[in-house]
Amino acid sequence: MNAVEAAGLSKRFRRTWALRDCTLTVPAGHVVALVGPNGAGKTTLLNLMVGLTAPTTGSVTVLGGEQAGSAAARSAIAFVAQDAPLYGNLSVADTLHLARNLNLRWDQRRATGRLAELGIPLNRKVGKLSGGQQAQLALTLAVARLPELIILDEPLARLDPLARHDFMASLMAAVAEDGLSVLFSSHVVAELERVADYLIVLSRGQMQMSGTVDDLIAGHCVLTGPAAEADIYSERLPVVHIRRAGVQAHLLVRMNGHAEPVPPGWTAHPVDLEELVLAYLREPGASALPGPARLPGPAAQSDTGVAMLS
Amino acid sequence: MSGNPPGTEAAGPSPIAFRLEPGSGVPTYLQLVQQVEQALRLGYLEPGDQLPRVKDVVGSLAINPNTVLKAYRELEHRGLAGGRPGQGTFVEGTLGRVGLPEQTELRRALVGWLRAADEAGLDADGMVALFSAALRDFTDSAGNGQPARPSQRPGRPGRSGGRGRGSAAEGVA
Repeated sequence: MNAVEAAGLSKRFRRTWALRDCTLTVPAGHVVALVGPNGAGKTTLLNLMVGLTAPTTGSVTVLGGEQAGSAAARSAIAFVAQDAPLYGNLSVADTLHLARNLNLRWDQRRATGRLAELGIPLNRKVGKLSGGQQAQLALTLAVARLPELIILDEPLARLDPLARHDFMASLMAAVAEDGLSVLFSSHVVAELERVADYLIVLSRGQMQMSGTVDDLIAGHCVLTGPAAEADIYSERLPVVHIRRAGVQAHLLVRMNGHAEPVPPGWTAHPVDLEELVLAYLREPGASALPGPARLPGPAAQSDTGVAMLS
Repeated sequence: MSGNPPGTEAAGPSPIAFRLEPGSGVPTYLQLVQQVEQALRLGYLEPGDQLPRVKDVVGSLAINPNTVLKAYRELEHRGLAGGRPGQGTFVEGTLGRVGLPEQTELRRALVGWLRAADEAGLDADGMVALFSAALRDFTDSAGNGQPARPSQRPGRPGRSGGRGRGSAAEGVA
């Protein structure tokens, strides 16, 4: 089963395309990180998956073909919007009471148990909780709905390092217990490797890359060698990003499924996830989309997969 | 290596707890595999012991559960652990438990070699490099069918092994 499937998905706000021609398939059972700089279209893509906005063109389905936003999709997905919006004047207990009455599926014992484990008092006003506790409360509401897929928009953005670790730990524990799929957006690239096993990179409203972390790492390498020869190889190989000093150059190369022989005088190194993501984000024109051929349309600029180097 | 400082959270049913070295460059699942092997060699783990439950590992390290499952599959593949449905993963194998007298003797020989290397002007990193290279040649040529392959990466086991041995078996030499 696929957690999310999108075909030719686009969204335009007045004259601006927030998302353009996005085609992707995310199998269920993964922890998916949606990565991109601010304004890349991450929130738009998430809102489309949840059904909070309608696409301008294209379509998106979730959990094995359910139309995004349909009743079946809504009850099987939990969505935590940016900054975990909650009612600050309600107590924690009242928040649970509200959520329990607003949802068809609800596990009260699970919710109170989680909060007790986290040491969050039920009688406290939500507005008086720390940022980390508010995020944990929002996650508790999401988990207690017994979803098959949890979607979170920038869940870590405003948390301090300790709260960030604790939040991810309890999210991962929920994954281990319930076997649910998770998709979260983030502009923090460091530390993704611990959590995410599937990655979607979005830049300027277009998808640059998507796939399991293992495949993406295995599909790229860094070639280090003399700067004078760099141009020869950057023409011959699909180079994503190039860094050069006086004599030495590092080329981040995409290997199209077949292992390229390392040129004499050059050395190949495996690429690190953070390095890989940053390289793609620096070259918004580069893309490495495996699978189906691109749809005919306006997105022709990136189908060579080669970044234009100055 | 899992010397819990006071004030750690409640441990699971396992005698060991994992930790991660984020900057080590070793994939997370392999770090877990190596720590189990290390614990087996040092006697922290014995056959029949339970490995940390996936939920506990994930809840303390904030890592993807699939990573832990991958590590446990790898340990099963190496014949060191086995899953019991509904209970967890348990240690089933042993790793190179050489008797204490033999270990002492080998260690003495090694210290002699280290002294010679030191006199020849080799520093600690140089010794590790030389030892790793020799070990690699040795396993490549002689014991093909012997230990599992992926863990015997050059460099890494030597380094972490050195640290663990120092703490646990200091009194032996």
